Amino acid sequence: MKKFSRIIFLIIFITCFQYNSNAAEKVEYLKTDWSFKGLFGKFDRASLQRGYQVYTEVCSSCHSMKYLSYRNLAEKGGPEFTEAEAKAIAASFEVKDGPNSDGDMFTRPGKLSDKFVMPYDNVKAAQSANGGAYPPDMSVLVKARVGGVDYIYSLLQGYEDPPIGITLDDGVYYNKFMYGNKIKMANQLSDGLVEYSDGTNATVEQMSKDVTTFLMWAAEPHLEARHKMGFKAIVYLIILTTLVYFSMKRIWSRVKTEV
Amino acid sequence: MAEKKTNRRDFLFTATYAVGAVGAGAVVWPMIDQMNPDASVKALASTEVDVSSVGPGKTITVLWRGKPVFIRRRTDEEIEEARSVKLEDLKHPEKDEDRAQNPEWLVMLGVCTHLGCVPLDQKGDYNGWFCPCHGSHYDTSGRIRKGPAPTNMEIPKYEFVNANTIKIG
Amino acid sequence: MSDHEYNPKSKFGKWFNDRLPLLTLANHLTDYPTPKNLNYWWTFGGILTFCLITQIVTGLVLAMHYIAHADMAFDSVEHIMRDVNYGWLIRYIHANGASMFFLAVYIHIFRSLFYGSYKAPREIIWIIGIIIYLLMMAAAFMGYVLPWGQMSFWGATVITNLFSAIPLVGEGIVTWLWGGYSVDNPTLTRFFTLHYLIPFLILGLVVLHIWALHVPGNNNPVGIDIKKPSKDTVPFHPYIVIKDGFALLMFMIVFAFFVFYTPNILGHADNYIEADPLVTPAHIVPEWYLLPFYAILRSVPDKLLGVIAMLSAIFILAALPWLDTSKIRSAVFRPLYRQFYWILVADVLILGYVGAMPAEGLYLLIARVATAYYFLHFLVILPVLGFKEKTLPLPISITEPILGGSPNLAAAKNREGLKE
Repeated sequence: MKKFSRIIFLIIFITCFQYNSNAAEKVEYLKTDWSFKGLFGKFDRASLQRGYQVYTEVCSSCHSMKYLSYRNLAEKGGPEFTEAEAKAIAASFEVKDGPNSDGDMFTRPGKLSDKFVMPYDNVKAAQSANGGAYPPDMSVLVKARVGGVDYIYSLLQGYEDPPIGITLDDGVYYNKFMYGNKIKMANQLSDGLVEYSDGTNATVEQMSKDVTTFLMWAAEPHLEARHKMGFKAIVYLIILTTLVYFSMKRIWSRVKTEV
Repeated sequence: MAEKKTNRRDFLFTATYAVGAVGAGAVVWPMIDQMNPDASVKALASTEVDVSSVGPGKTITVLWRGKPVFIRRRTDEEIEEARSVKLEDLKHPEKDEDRAQNPEWLVMLGVCTHLGCVPLDQKGDYNGWFCPCHGSHYDTSGRIRKGPAPTNMEIPKYEFVNANTIKIG
Repeated sequence: MSDHEYNPKSKFGKWFNDRLPLLTLANHLTDYPTPKNLNYWWTFGGILTFCLITQIVTGLVLAMHYIAHADMAFDSVEHIMRDVNYGWLIRYIHANGASMFFLAVYIHIFRSLFYGSYKAPREIIWIIGIIIYLLMMAAAFMGYVLPWGQMSFWGATVITNLFSAIPLVGEGIVTWLWGGYSVDNPTLTRFFTLHYLIPFLILGLVVLHIWALHVPGNNNPVGIDIKKPSKDTVPFHPYIVIKDGFALLMFMIVFAFFVFYTPNILGHADNYIEADPLVTPAHIVPEWYLLPFYAILRSVPDKLLGVIAMLSAIFILAALPWLDTSKIRSAVFRPLYRQFYWILVADVLILGYVGAMPAEGLYLLIARVATAYYFLHFLVILPVLGFKEKTLPLPISITEPILGGSPNLAAAKNREGLKE
């Protein structure tokens, strides 16, 4: 049993080592409390709604979020706008549809069932409008970066002047947390850039936190359901394991194995 | 003594089996439910149709849940015709008032109740629809009058969300 | 197999059993005499069967929603994660289930290495096991390609490119594998088909594996044969069924923790980026369970020799029953072998670690030393040990050392105590 638990410990220890690459990246990310971390983590609804506002007003002009639908904004576990609010949000966007009976494509106001409208028609159009760099789709961005939410949160606040000796080309900026430190996105956030509808003070740090929280939900919309189910599953397994353990002891008591 | 031991042992095993069965059920359910319509399909379960451009005597066909829906703005003659039919004459007796909430608008699934073909508009002996597959004739209320179809064309759940918009489903 | 006739209780049972002896089979499995001294390292066979069934069921269900086309694969996986009822749960079970499957198979293999389960008369069980392991790696490799992320695409590119190392026909084989001039849609669709097929091949081999096992019966911690079934064994049901059940539940708790709380920790972030043939990730790494072989592959500077080294590392295991010359099965009674066993474990863990690191500098040096040592263990140390090692005296029977009355009680108790 001791050896067994030693091996389990070893496995967990190695797992926490994070087998991922980039062992060279030793930058300490900026830390903040994320309400969704931990066994009982939940999303802060207000933060999600503010984050959606930041995404829409700041990021969505370049970054698509193609796997999200407007109806997701009203679903449980997310920003939980009311269905009417989500409908209004959808209707504020023009969605391509068609062909109509003349064979033409047309635009119409968005519906709940529509996916988020993309800023560019395709990757090439996005690249050409952004100096050759593709602003990545943000649907799963948080899961697509080592460092996850901490990385994105830090990067948004990580713009500074390049250290002496580093020259940057046109359209390239220095960021403390970006892999390789050079990024083609200019600093987007400044204090008061967005006027939050709930009146929260929109500092750069606040907006970074809110939009990152929103991105986390966008990447993992079922996070809360997953945590809840996980708790029930593990409690159930512990109960069943206990019952089976005692059943086992009772059955094996018929066999003379003890010294 | 042996009695008591048996009872305790039975309870333990029974409890284990029962708790195990609950778990087995909990595991099986997602495997079955995943085949049910997913969220993106359910989002298209209802559709809103703008009928502002549909003049009297005109029919439009929209796609709803993968099937055609006929939306016809009936003329006064058609409404009168539909209302004056005697129920005894119908294979599937249904009053026109029960089929069209608003008598001017007929909203029904454009699927022949015989074997599923799409009937043709403004055809047939009853001024309504005619199904070319096996010769079913429907009247101005979409009711079967002649031919092999057993029932009237189905009326889906619908409502007027405003004067110009019908929400189906 | 057995010489006693089983008589079904019901008339229908008898009628059916006369035509297809399923009830006889069920009775055999229920009564199957299992050594009573098996420890928890023996529960992993049952755990592996659970893993195989889990992967097949979740895989089948995922296949109802997944689209095996380069333009839609990534999208279909996101559709599963977001829209399909419980899709996120089934996908995470399947992805983490693969890791749990390999965790269990490594424990199962290392159990065999420690207790000499591969030795005569169980060589065929062992070899079938190696084939199952190879098929598992093929299935896992192809399964990882299906989401069509960056790691899917580039991992497929790197590994399929290895075949070009074969002289003369190499390039042709690679083009044939790809169905084109690079990894692309034809590669994806055929990988999906084969990924779907292989688990059923594994299922068949598992049946053979268990059948071959039931001929001599299980090995056991002291590695000596059963003398008296009535004293040394217990019927499989209920004794082993309940013990395997308990171990399986413990395993499921670990599994549940990964699925519900850290479902992406064993994966790689780059696989959430859609495959791009024009952009290579900074560090291409396979999933953790393939890392030791990846390390061996990269430690050899020559492409062909690297491939040969990697494949040899697996095939050498098939020769194990003949490489290990010791007459004693269990490491419990082989103190010197035991030391080398733990060094091998450490060696494999080190190989796994450097497999995840860039193949340069100190990491490369360590990988080379660890690779050399791996082959040294099997090709030199094991054969020599068999002749040179002074083994401990064996107990008379399985039950003797446990019940007392044997001069070897102290030795056996000592070893058994450590295991607990």
